[in-house]
Amino acid sequence: MDSFIEQAGLGDILAKVRAEERLSLEDGKRLFECPNILAVGFLANIVRERKNGNKAYFIYNQHINYSNVCTNLCKFCAFGKEKGHEQAYEMTIEDIKEKVRARLDEPITEIHMVGGIHPDLPFSYYLDALRAIKEVRPDVHIQAFTCVEIQHLADLAGKSVGDTLEELKEAGLGSIPGGGAEVFSPRIREITCERKLDGEGWLRVTKTAHRHGLKTNATLLYGHIETIEERLEHLDALRRTQDETGGFLAYIPLAFHPKNTQMSEHSRTTGVDDLKNIAVARLMLDNFPHVKAYWVMIGPKLAQVALSFGADDMDGTVKEEIITHMAGGESEQALGHKTLIKLIKEAGREPVERDTLYKVLETF
Amino acid sequence: MQKIIDRVVAGSRITGEEFLRLYEEADLYQLGFMADAIRKRKHPEPVVTYVIDRNINYTDICISACKFCAFFKAPEDPQGSMLTREELLDKIRETRELGGTQILLQGGLHPDEPLEFYEDMLRFMKETGIHVHGFSPPEICHFAEISGLTTLEVLKRLMAAGLDSMPGGGAEILNDRVRDMLAPRKCSADRWIGVMEESHSLGMRTTATMMFGHVETIEERLEHLQRLRDLQDRTGGFTAFIPWPFQPDNTALAAAVEIEKTSGFSYLRMLALSRIFLDNFDNIQASWVTQGPKIAQVSLFFGANDFGSTMIEENVVAAAGVHFRLSEQEIKRLVADAGFEPRQRLMDYTPAK
Repeated sequence: MDSFIEQAGLGDILAKVRAEERLSLEDGKRLFECPNILAVGFLANIVRERKNGNKAYFIYNQHINYSNVCTNLCKFCAFGKEKGHEQAYEMTIEDIKEKVRARLDEPITEIHMVGGIHPDLPFSYYLDALRAIKEVRPDVHIQAFTCVEIQHLADLAGKSVGDTLEELKEAGLGSIPGGGAEVFSPRIREITCERKLDGEGWLRVTKTAHRHGLKTNATLLYGHIETIEERLEHLDALRRTQDETGGFLAYIPLAFHPKNTQMSEHSRTTGVDDLKNIAVARLMLDNFPHVKAYWVMIGPKLAQVALSFGADDMDGTVKEEIITHMAGGESEQALGHKTLIKLIKEAGREPVERDTLYKVLETF
Repeated sequence: MQKIIDRVVAGSRITGEEFLRLYEEADLYQLGFMADAIRKRKHPEPVVTYVIDRNINYTDICISACKFCAFFKAPEDPQGSMLTREELLDKIRETRELGGTQILLQGGLHPDEPLEFYEDMLRFMKETGIHVHGFSPPEICHFAEISGLTTLEVLKRLMAAGLDSMPGGGAEILNDRVRDMLAPRKCSADRWIGVMEESHSLGMRTTATMMFGHVETIEERLEHLQRLRDLQDRTGGFTAFIPWPFQPDNTALAAAVEIEKTSGFSYLRMLALSRIFLDNFDNIQASWVTQGPKIAQVSLFFGANDFGSTMIEENVVAAAGVHFRLSEQEIKRLVADAGFEPRQRLMDYTPAK
């Protein structure tokens, strides 16, 4: 097989991958620019199998988006709405409880809760939301509030990020999702989300969370106006952070969905670009344990194929996904357990149901 | 395994046994690299072709009642319909306006229209000058039965009336055990091959298809591919091979037996295996209609060198609950994004302009 990789001009990178040497940003650029997706995938698959063997993880989770009211109104987002907008909503604490109660008969192990940057909900609302979930479902792990929200909550509370995180932990916060990272590049943020916490701020909150014992995820929103260099700088910043703290669990490349956003002139990401973002990230992020193919964004068919292109996790049996679907995401709202397991097995992998922290709950 | 890979890459033909071995043991990358090497050898230029056409189904009334089909209406069903000449003409005009070069014309097997009806339809269509890529072996067999002529005579008459080429539909799986289960009233595997051989002998080019992922075994898929390869050795008349997975929604077959939809992973493997086995076929088509744009684009690295048709209109797969749509512009974008030059072609794979 090596001859195919050499023909694709990646022989030296293959040697580095085999020797477990760290790839340079220049290597990353060559990988992104390599027209042979098979060769790039093959390399990523070596790392994937070294780190995670034949396992392919999924989780049984529930998504709750407590409010779409947002003051940031990023141009790539179809979810956030100004307060007073006809599509704006916010859940009461009782609404949140009801959402959790409605699915108590399902073996859900994680609740994933994120929302907009709300202009006037008080800090106590967020604490109450966490407590309410725990009250209805005490054993569930709550992965909630992106770093952008955490900074907002600290501002609301008038406390340091560290102290804020301690209070949130006390109320039930278990870990932090990877959203809000977008692309760290100041150029991109100025054009697309100038009001959002900047890249440095995002990384600062992340590191604080890691120091306070909270595991977090990382994302990159790709497929809009970012350059390959900007993608790589983003990956490099994540890699350096992980060297420092070791607190990241998974990297999740997020495919931009243009419909209903202020950037709707862009096309949807292609299958090749989706696979490349997974594969190159798997190769560059040598210190990340997991890379996720989020099927809600790229569709179950391609997410299954991605299990051979660097991904070791398909996320979960997501229901009521709103954020991607408001931006024209067409994948199914929920994939049953059975379907996920079948897709994983058909791809020659071993399906493993995990909890949020990647503890194995059951293998199939 | 490495020996098989080396031989395939060097351009050797594989045996049926080797096909089965690859199916069982080769991983996704081994299959992909082999298929990609063959594609590159057959098409050294980094070009991916597509055709602009529309599927026109002149009727959905059909006596065949295949269990995998969600499109047909039984003859006694009042919802069944025939296209009028005005509708036909409108569709051709619209196709032309969109840069289309051909019509893929297919129907159900209508119980009582005589052969003259189809000859008239072809002559009427050919007045517009458009290429008619029409019918399929089951239709030819059906016309032969209705007219009391041989299939060879039917083919000659239709060609005289303007039929330019024939799609490879109705092949399903060329094995009579499978056909008896799925489509007992459709022509046998031998008859399908026979009609294709006759078409080729008359100088008419055709395509070949395979609908897989239902009740067939891998050995039966192999038998299908073997029969196509053997015929292609004899005639060279096939322009392309188009495999696609069975789409179960709204079909009698899926209601009767539990059938899991073929996944993207399995589709890519089968596509690559087909590219490897059918060494005498120049072209392999990706099926975006069943797989969607993402997997279809990725399939360009698993042996496909053609993106199929823009299908301005498509009814049969849509009836089975699958509704992907791609404009010419979107096909060009996907092809270019994968690193190939998109090129519009005609039925015989020569450039359109």
